[in-house]
This record gives sequence, structure tokens and C-alpha cells, in this order.
Amino acid sequence: MTFALAVRNLERNRRRSITTLAAIVVGAVAILLFGGYTRNIKYGMQMGFVRSSGHLQIQHKDYFLYGSGNPAAYGIVDYQHVMDVVRHDPVLAPMLTVVTPTLQLGGIAGNFAAGVSRTVIATGSDVAGQNELRKWNDFGFEGTPPPLALTGTPANAAVVGEGVARVLQLCGPLQVPDCAAPQDSSRRTPTRIGPTTRDVEPASNSLPPDLAALSNSEAAASPHPRDIRIELLAATAQGAPNVASLSVIKAESQAVKDLDDIYVALHLSQAQRLIYGRDPPQVTAIIVQLHHTSQIPAARARLQQLLDTTLKGQPLEVHDYETLNPYYGQTVGFFAAIFGFISILIGVIVLFTVGNTMSMAVVERTPEIGTLRAIGVRRSGIRKMFMIEGMLLGLAGSVLGIVVALGLAFLINHGGITWTPPGRVDAVSLTVRVWGEPAPMIGVVIALTCVTLVSSWIPSRRGARINIVSALRHA
Amino acid sequence: MSAIVLKQVVKSYRVESVEVQALRGVDLEIRSRCLTAIAGPSGSGKTTLLNVMGCIDRADRGELTVDGTPVDELADDLLSDFRAARLGFIFQSFNLIPVLTAYENIEYPLRLTGVAAPKRRERVLAMLDAVGLSAHARHRPGQLSGGQQQRVAIARALAAAPRVILADEPTANLDSHTGAAIIELMRQMQREHGVSIVICSHDAQVIAAADDAVFIRDGQVESVQRSASI
Repeated sequence: MTFALAVRNLERNRRRSITTLAAIVVGAVAILLFGGYTRNIKYGMQMGFVRSSGHLQIQHKDYFLYGSGNPAAYGIVDYQHVMDVVRHDPVLAPMLTVVTPTLQLGGIAGNFAAGVSRTVIATGSDVAGQNELRKWNDFGFEGTPPPLALTGTPANAAVVGEGVARVLQLCGPLQVPDCAAPQDSSRRTPTRIGPTTRDVEPASNSLPPDLAALSNSEAAASPHPRDIRIELLAATAQGAPNVASLSVIKAESQAVKDLDDIYVALHLSQAQRLIYGRDPPQVTAIIVQLHHTSQIPAARARLQQLLDTTLKGQPLEVHDYETLNPYYGQTVGFFAAIFGFISILIGVIVLFTVGNTMSMAVVERTPEIGTLRAIGVRRSGIRKMFMIEGMLLGLAGSVLGIVVALGLAFLINHGGITWTPPGRVDAVSLTVRVWGEPAPMIGVVIALTCVTLVSSWIPSRRGARINIVSALRHA
Repeated sequence: MSAIVLKQVVKSYRVESVEVQALRGVDLEIRSRCLTAIAGPSGSGKTTLLNVMGCIDRADRGELTVDGTPVDELADDLLSDFRAARLGFIFQSFNLIPVLTAYENIEYPLRLTGVAAPKRRERVLAMLDAVGLSAHARHRPGQLSGGQQQRVAIARALAAAPRVILADEPTANLDSHTGAAIIELMRQMQREHGVSIVICSHDAQVIAAADDAVFIRDGQVESVQRSASI
């Protein structure tokens, strides 16, 4: 009867109930849509990182903190064996999608023809493995990324960042759009690298005369003189300088300028020849991609077990994608903070709206409270009646909010709206993930119902404590 | 056994800074199975006396026994349960729950006392029939006349088979014809159900219909007229 009474009392003042309900619905919609939007960004970023660097990486101990750009000191010896152990491990195998090696090195890229150079970070990849990595799509994003630009290219092919192309004055040949030449004309004059010329780049980036000569000889030896060529200078494992002549097939924007200005991608075999020469090749990381992100703890634990037993011959460690890409955690944290702030704000608005509605209901129904108390309803019964009213408002409002949010999300997702998220170069569809995400929906219902219960508590307590005789006098 | 016994009951109110003595040491015995009228001029303390007897207001001092139970020391929840089980109320403004139908208003006290659904239905239908409102079972109070509402209130007061019914000016908001009919109905119900009814009123019809009449003035019992026929 208390429940029926609460429902009917809500129907009694329809306009006020609808206004209160509308506030809860708007709150639920705002939380769900913004939550769906941030979730999509989070998933998109996670997908980007997992597609490029996997869920986990096996690296030489301390490489992550101290060895960046120093493959000679922090390379993984006999990496094929490590990969075989991982691939064939009965515990790990069902979780794996890709296990692929990568070699990162620091060097100086020079444009022989233009006489310019700059420091770069080059990544040597197994193209087939990288293309497999790019197929991962655990969150059901639309479309599949194209294969790596290096796919099907000769061993000496390279892809550079647009920033690298700009500095090395390759924008024209590589047809890089919006790539203006420098304003200072003195820096535009190509100067041949050689013992008697001055490099146009700052001294720190210029090639020493002997290396320039080596570079020139490499370029002269090119079988395709019309290729767009750069020379990549790096230190070998023995500490001697080595130069690889690379055929640049494409300039790709890397979205983040700092990365764009240093990015060079090449075949793993080429990178290994540059660093290790005729010695046994090594890699700086073994990328491990799993079917699902949720498998990370189990896979990580098993990998650690393998490193401590079967692979204990060399000091290796495992890092997950969040550690390897701190930007991910920062961005997720940033959006979580905004989401939390908005949720609290909405919670407070709902709290006061429902509180006000229930307070007015208590005042209006004072004689009724007196009557109910007189005929034997306990104080707790009165409290329960108003609390149920508040709870019903919260439940109905949040459920209605879910329905409205689903409808709006559908319209947004099919509205053809595009945007370019941070860290991406291409525009993507504006997607709000509400459908298929039960946890946020349940969370909204629970949270808003709790808020309405809390906001009903004080008015209901006040109603329950009204003196019966005073209440009856209001009749 | 008396329905209600009051011994030296004192009750005062504070209106702003002035203390008003509403009851000044009332000694009274309400007989069982009687219709008792409490009469007196405005401000004499009759409504306060009724509220104290109905356990919806507590006396400052004195002793109160209702249906053999000393109620002075009962905690609030126990007092609520006591009211639900042993007392019925009829108010001047009918005080029906506007969102409930006539049927549901009568049913409410039965739910409070935990009567099972089939028995509840049987009882409510019997009460509706007794007050002549079977055809209005599904009507809400707003769809009923004043007289009909008061009939529903009488049915509600009697539904849970209380031992004592307290009525505060039950005919004040009704025309004299309807008021007379209501008094007649209450009288009839009192006899049929063997219940004690205490009516607070200065309506001559009520006083005439009562078995006992208690006259109160300035918070004290001035006189009690008891019918010898009981």
C-alpha cells in the first residue's frame, strides 16, 4: 500500500513530478552521452596504442628507462628463441594474436642532395607482424586501417614523418601538402655535404667530414639514382659509425609534432644490418598483442614466469601499453576528472531538485501525514512513503534518461559528424558509446536513485517528525 | 471495564510566550460500549481532551488508561500500533486519503494491522455495505459528497474493529440533515459493533443522541450526565 500510495502521490501533482523527472532525465542523458564520448576516446586511444605497440612488450631490463635509442647496449639476444617460447607456451598461446619484434634506434638522417640532416628515432619493424597488429579491433570500431606503407617494398625502403621530410627538404618530391619552405632564404640554399662545405643545419646536426664522405659514397652506389634517398647514420654495436642509404617512399604525418619531426620507419632487417652488421641480429622489444585487454594481468604474470624460468638466461622485463604510453593514462585521467566533475555537478542539481520537490510534497500533505499517523502509521512508515516517492523519481528518471540517451547516441553516431581526436591525423566519426555498455547504464540508475534517496531523506524525516495534532490542524 | 480512564490529566500549550492550560487535572471515566459526547464552549479544552484520549497527544501529567492499557509510557511506535489496533478516528474534515478510493481508504487500517487479503476484502465490502456506499467503492474522496466522505470515514474508523472510536466534530462540516444522518449511522454502528464512541461536539443533536455527556469548561470537567439505561 505504501508503494501504491507513493506512485499515486507522484501522479497527483503531475506538472511538478514531470519537471523533477525532466531534471533527472537531462542529468542521466548528460552523464551517459559524455561518458559514451569519453569512452570512445579511451577505446580509440587504446586501440591505437595496441595496434602499434601491442598490449605487452618484452624488453631488455632497464631499456625502457635508460636504453632508449641505444639498441647496442639493450638489445635482446636470440630474440627468435624468446618469441618461439612465448608463441608456443600452452598458457599464453590461446591469448595471443601477434608476437612480433621491433628495433628502435637513434641516428642522424641526412639528405645527401640538399645537404641537410637531423637527428631521428628510427623504428625497424617486421612488416607482416605490424600489419597483423593493425587488425586488432576489440571495440568494434568501423573500418580497418590500411597496411603499413612499407608493405611490399624493398628492404631499403623507409617512411619518414612529415616533419622529417620538411627539415630534409623532401616535401616536394614526396608531395607533402602544406609544407612551406623556411622563410630565411639562407637556410633554403642546398649545400652539398662535404669536407669543404658548411651544413645548413646547426652544428650539432651536421655530419663530420669523414661521415659525409661515407654518405656520399653510399649515395653514389645507389642503383636507383632518381630515388628519393636519405642516409641514416647510426652507431653500430661496436660503437663505429655506419650509414644506411634508404629509399624514402612516403612521408606520413604522425599527428604529434615532436614525433613527426623525428619519425623514420624501416624494415627490421635493414635496421638490424645498420646496428649489428654481420653479427647476430637483435631487437629492442618483442611486441605481444592479446585478444583482449582484460587478459593483460594473466598474460603478464605468465610472461614473468617464463622470464624467471625458461628465459632466465638474459635480463628481460615486461611492460604493458599503459606504462609504455604514459600519454594514454594522462588522457584517460584527464577525461575521468572532467567526467567526475560533470557527474558531481549533475548529482548536486538532481539532489536539490528532488529535495525541493519532496519538501513541497511534505508541506502540502501535512494534514495527510497527521491522518496517517493518527490511524496508526509509524514514523518510519511516513519516512518510507516519501523515500519511495524519491526513489521512484530517481528510477523512472534514470531509466527514461537511458532511453533518451540511446536515441540521441543513435542520432549522433549516424549523423555523419566527424572530428579529429588528439593524437590522430585523420578525422573520425563522432561516436558516442552508450549502446552495448551496460555498466554505465546500471551505474547511472544506481547513482541517480541513490541521489534521489539521499535528497528525499531530509524532507521525509521532517514529515515523519511532524506533531500529529499540529498536522491535523492544517486540514 | 471502562473504555478510557483519565486521572488528574494536565496538558498545557505554549502559544508564543504565553502558556495556555488546556486541561487542568481532568478526572474522567468513559464507559465501554457507550456513545459519549464531550461538549463545551470553544477553547474549553474538549479537542485537547479528545486528542489525549486518542493517544495522538501526550498529557504533561496524569494517568491515562485506554481499553485497559496504560498508554502514558508507551514509546511512539508502540503507541502507533496501539492506535492502529484499538482506536478509530473520525475527523471534522473527513481526512480521507485523496489518492485512495473509498475501498482503499477503508482497507488501509486493515493493512496496518496485518489482516490477510481475503478477510480484508470481506471486511471492507461489509463496511461499505453498512454505510450504504457499495456503489461508490471505486470513487476517490473528490468524487464523493461531504456526507458520503464522512460515511467512508466512519467505515474506515470501524474497519479494524477498534475498541474505541474518537470523533472530533464529525457533523460540523455537514448540513443539519446530513449531520443527523451521520449521527444516526454512528449510533447504529456503535450498537451493532459494540464499540465505545467518544464524540467531541457542541451540536445539540449529538448531545441528545449520546448515552453520556461530559461538559467541560476551562480545561476541567464541569459535569457528567450519564444515561441510566445502559
